[in-house]
Amino acid sequence: MALLEAKEIGFSYGEKQILTDVSFTLDSAQVTAVIGPNGSGKTTLLKIINGTLFPASGEMLIAGRKTQNWPRRELAATAAIVPQETPAVFPFYAEEIVLMGRFPHLSGLRFEGDGDYRIVQEAMRQTDCLSFAARRFAELSAGERQRVLIARALAQEPQVLLLDESTAFLDLKHQVHFLNLLRQLNETQKLTVIFVTHDINLAAQYADQIIMLESGKIYAIGNSAEVITADNIKKVYEVEVLVDCNPQSGLPRMTIVK
Amino acid sequence: MLRNIFIKRINSGKTQRGYPPIYRRVTSSRVLQISAVLLIAFLLIGLAALSFGSARIDLTRVFGCLFHAMGGSQSCSPQDELILFSIRLPRIFFAAITGAALSLGGVVFQAILRNPLADPYVLGVSGGSALGAIIGTLIGAGSFYLGIPLLAFLGALITVALVFVIAGGGSGRIPDNYLLLAGVIVNAFFSAAILFFLSLADSMELHSITFWLMGDLARVSGSGIIPAAFCVLVAFVMIYSQARGLNLMVQGEETARQLGVMVEKTKYTLLIITSLATAVVVSLCGIIGFVGIIVPHMMRLLFGSDHRLLICASALFGATFLVVADTIARIIIAPAELPVGVITALLGAPYFIFLLRRKAF
Repeated sequence: MALLEAKEIGFSYGEKQILTDVSFTLDSAQVTAVIGPNGSGKTTLLKIINGTLFPASGEMLIAGRKTQNWPRRELAATAAIVPQETPAVFPFYAEEIVLMGRFPHLSGLRFEGDGDYRIVQEAMRQTDCLSFAARRFAELSAGERQRVLIARALAQEPQVLLLDESTAFLDLKHQVHFLNLLRQLNETQKLTVIFVTHDINLAAQYADQIIMLESGKIYAIGNSAEVITADNIKKVYEVEVLVDCNPQSGLPRMTIVK
Repeated sequence: MLRNIFIKRINSGKTQRGYPPIYRRVTSSRVLQISAVLLIAFLLIGLAALSFGSARIDLTRVFGCLFHAMGGSQSCSPQDELILFSIRLPRIFFAAITGAALSLGGVVFQAILRNPLADPYVLGVSGGSALGAIIGTLIGAGSFYLGIPLLAFLGALITVALVFVIAGGGSGRIPDNYLLLAGVIVNAFFSAAILFFLSLADSMELHSITFWLMGDLARVSGSGIIPAAFCVLVAFVMIYSQARGLNLMVQGEETARQLGVMVEKTKYTLLIITSLATAVVVSLCGIIGFVGIIVPHMMRLLFGSDHRLLICASALFGATFLVVADTIARIIIAPAELPVGVITALLGAPYFIFLLRRKAF
């Protein structure tokens, strides 16, 4: 059985139709990229996949069960999402933010135990956050905050990790470091990864499968060679590009043509 | 010189906020330790408050009477016994309950609305409770058991609903100022309505206007105190049971949902229970302002934002704070007394402006 299955999903905010008839199945332990222009419904799709939002029509199934029928905590322990930003009204420290990822695993008022702190420390080590664990979240740079949020999602110990443009604020080193970490978690812990990105080359290099959205509909779905073509990009993004082969990986590589 | 310091302070921006610079993990033993310290401080201040008043009773006599009451052999004059146990002790006890309830209200409203300037007074919930209680008195609900607190509770609930509708349900997309403005308007309306009803009322019935508009603990009667204490205790337990959920709610409702919080259930349960606690104390002593802003803010400065610690600390310090304020109100113009609301407003309004200016919560 497929881990994630979307059946003819439709969604709208008021009058505005965001997603129409979106269907796909994703097997576990795959890395999937979601690409598409601004406003094509990428973030909404992520939120539907992890049950933050429920589809207005159609069904979103995780392990064969509709997201509406999952208890909140179990859902949070299964599918974690890394948001683009989070408001910082009150002064929490970086480690406290990551500790919040343990919420679905602890019942009631229990305080985090040694095991939880180990998991949190490991998540922060993986995302290179330990050096600012004791600093206030609001004082960190956008890239550092994003890494803390990624650590929080890892602390949830999910089967599915969803990322909403998480690499946008990261510098080149942390981008590559982070995507390698995702591949590594994918291979060692069979983590299923779905990431939304504007970086088409990044998607082409790291994803097993790419979903290309255009105004709320799936325009193309498949491996990178099938989806990343000059024709598709011209249709969806209205930009002339050159697509050739990355000489090292053999995967498609996109270059902007003036 | 002074001006330079002042400007520096304002310009220092985000990084200079005065929060505890050292991060310490919140553990169950740390919560217990801090609570124990605050509880001891509360008891000591409570003892001092027993001693102070228009008739000064020194601490040896206070101890003597306390031991006497517990069956000890110490002596206690009938006059001291009357002042201590019939007048001061119930009043101090109720001041503590009220301080705790209003501080808890501040913590909950601030977390749910993600606004550090929210509290039962600023949002108009206290005003709504007072109006409910006044209407209850006028229509004779006082002859039913809990009739007046129930109407106060209804007033509080209506206010919460009103503020939420005006401020967009705490969706986080409404600017902070909007929420405060909504509170100002609602408060202005309630003050006018309270004055309207009071001017209609038989003067024998409600002869003191200031009692409702500026909370006064002197008028609290003994019979209402125990049920009120029970309500506040229940509210504390229920709020504390949601402490971890509140930490996540502060990160935004969507994030809370994604991390496994039943957002709607938590939010509405807490709003209802907080309105109840506020209504119960306001129906007895009128509107006491600013406690719910000052106390949680000071506790956050000292102990950080984790609600598992913040809730306990705010309840205990809130109780202490109002006992101190009420003691000041009792002695500052002795033998006459001020309503305690005057003291909290005199302290609270400058503090509020300071917070607003500094934008550091």
